[in-house]
Amino acid sequence: MEKIGVAIVGPGNIGTDLLFKIRRSNCLDLKWVIGIKESEGIRIAKSYGIKTNITGLEPMLEDSEVKIVFDATSAAPHIENAPLYKAAGKIAIDLTPASVGPFVVPSVNIDKLVGEPNINMVTCGGQATVPIVYAVHRAAGAEYAEIVACISSKSAGPGTRQNIDEFTQTTANAICKVGGAKKGKAIIVLNPAEPPIIMTNTIYVKVEKPDCQAIEKSVMDMVKQVGSYVPGYRLRVPPLLEDGVVTVIVEVEGKGDFLPKYSGNLDIMNCAAVAAAERLVAAMSGKVGR
Amino acid sequence: MQKINIVDTTLRDGSHAVSHKFTLDQVKDVAAGLDQAGVDYIEISHGDGLSGSSQNYGWALTSDKDRLAVASNVIKNANLTVLLIPGIGTIEDLEMAKANGAKAARIATHVTEADIAEQHIKFSKKLGLTTFGFLMMSHMESKAKILEQAKLLESYGSDVVYMADSAGAMLPEEVGEKIAELKSNLHVPVGFHAHNNLGLAIANALAAVKAGATYLDGSLRGLGAGAGNAQTEVLIGVLEKYNQPTKIDFYKIVDAAEDILAPIATRPQIIDKSALMLGYAGVYSSFLIHTERAAKRFKLDPRDILAELGKRKMVGGQEDMIIDVAYKLFQQKQKEN
Repeated sequence: MEKIGVAIVGPGNIGTDLLFKIRRSNCLDLKWVIGIKESEGIRIAKSYGIKTNITGLEPMLEDSEVKIVFDATSAAPHIENAPLYKAAGKIAIDLTPASVGPFVVPSVNIDKLVGEPNINMVTCGGQATVPIVYAVHRAAGAEYAEIVACISSKSAGPGTRQNIDEFTQTTANAICKVGGAKKGKAIIVLNPAEPPIIMTNTIYVKVEKPDCQAIEKSVMDMVKQVGSYVPGYRLRVPPLLEDGVVTVIVEVEGKGDFLPKYSGNLDIMNCAAVAAAERLVAAMSGKVGR
Repeated sequence: MQKINIVDTTLRDGSHAVSHKFTLDQVKDVAAGLDQAGVDYIEISHGDGLSGSSQNYGWALTSDKDRLAVASNVIKNANLTVLLIPGIGTIEDLEMAKANGAKAARIATHVTEADIAEQHIKFSKKLGLTTFGFLMMSHMESKAKILEQAKLLESYGSDVVYMADSAGAMLPEEVGEKIAELKSNLHVPVGFHAHNNLGLAIANALAAVKAGATYLDGSLRGLGAGAGNAQTEVLIGVLEKYNQPTKIDFYKIVDAAEDILAPIATRPQIIDKSALMLGYAGVYSSFLIHTERAAKRFKLDPRDILAELGKRKMVGGQEDMIIDVAYKLFQQKQKEN
């Protein structure tokens, strides 16, 4: 299969971990890594013979082989960069909170987003929980969905910490827009325990038709599907139904590419971004669907 | 001698003890009683802070907004206060509180996570609210760590910094040492929030005062999560005997507890086996009622669930992990049988 050229902008912790994941892909070819200074990420990119630049996007934008750009900078630079990617005819996969384009959760809605110039990866909690909300919704109708994401303190970077409201609001938004719930709420808790805990996510869904078997089957299928692109995604507590409310708990362990294994929250964002790109590539080459 | 300021949290922490089912009439009556007795700060919020009403923490009978509005109508002198836990509530909740009469806001984080409160403390200050930084589960960390985090809260603009013994797990000497460390290194006043899981709420509050705290939390009849808080009316009596002045009228606060609060309380505020286990194992007090429910659902001893939660070092807000632990213990039992 012919590989499609891609680029990473912002080789910080997330961008560098992403580099390892893209290199494992059999349909993505990492052509460029763009930073703003000499860094560990740039050094690693060079060591693999990937082209790098730290003085601007231009050489990458001008490279017609690059079709998809992963932007792992932060909200403000992404808002500035987004129109440049679009003008250069490149699809942007936005890992920042900028939300320039629509939310994507690969196991739920990627097929509807083929042709979009810019898609947003929601939040780590969104990638972990929206598939379950959707799975319960398609089986039983979701009147209300609420999620509690718990991540280790060590895996919460300064961006998350300075604007934790952004996490709760964006995730709640995606629970409704992508997950299908009529109303949504998201809660995040940081836990400093040592050794660091792995990410846990609890999903509560108040359902319209409490059909146990249908819910269980749908959730099990979904866990398998997400697990196909997030290797550390596992069910901790299978669907429990009480008083019309379904409770599911999942955990996410990272692969430990560049970031430690406990940062499943960061890993799932990158895994989902790669899965989104791979499915867009499949759609581009005429093989729409999964 | 410096006056001790009292923050009464009957209508916030006490909300746990009634499973968040205060009616608006009850809120109005309690707030009026506290105000007439001379309480400085009257805290009203869901037990888990603004926007805490949820599947995870328990659905409130009435909205934060309505409870604040009825209270603000009857409060004449006290400062109507709210609590917000970043990760659960957002700055929009602070705007709502301000619009409904709040004069003060307490921003609470786990004792090691003060930096997630920067956004909310700065916003609260901008709204003109008296702003408290509030460190929960302080039994889990050393005095050096608590001071480091307290200094962050101070640097964001907190007017008061609180240390909370959310698990009711601390001993008086420990409270004294940790408060003294804060008192001698911070410029802002220091406060203490006690829980009574080991029967030490009043003793710990006193230890805090002796070490320099000038703000204390209490609740009528001790109504609160776990075995409850320092009992406000007892605290006032004890402080008077120590010649520590407060603005509160002793008889009036005792009457508020006896005549207004007692008829409302739905469960006895005692140190039963589960509450004692919270203090003993160092588990967040709000876990109590959720644990009892899970124990019933999965036919387990609540103490086993609490011991495991303590071992896993779960922090405030992780009520969902009660189900996780109960489910695991249930599975183990199934295998053994």
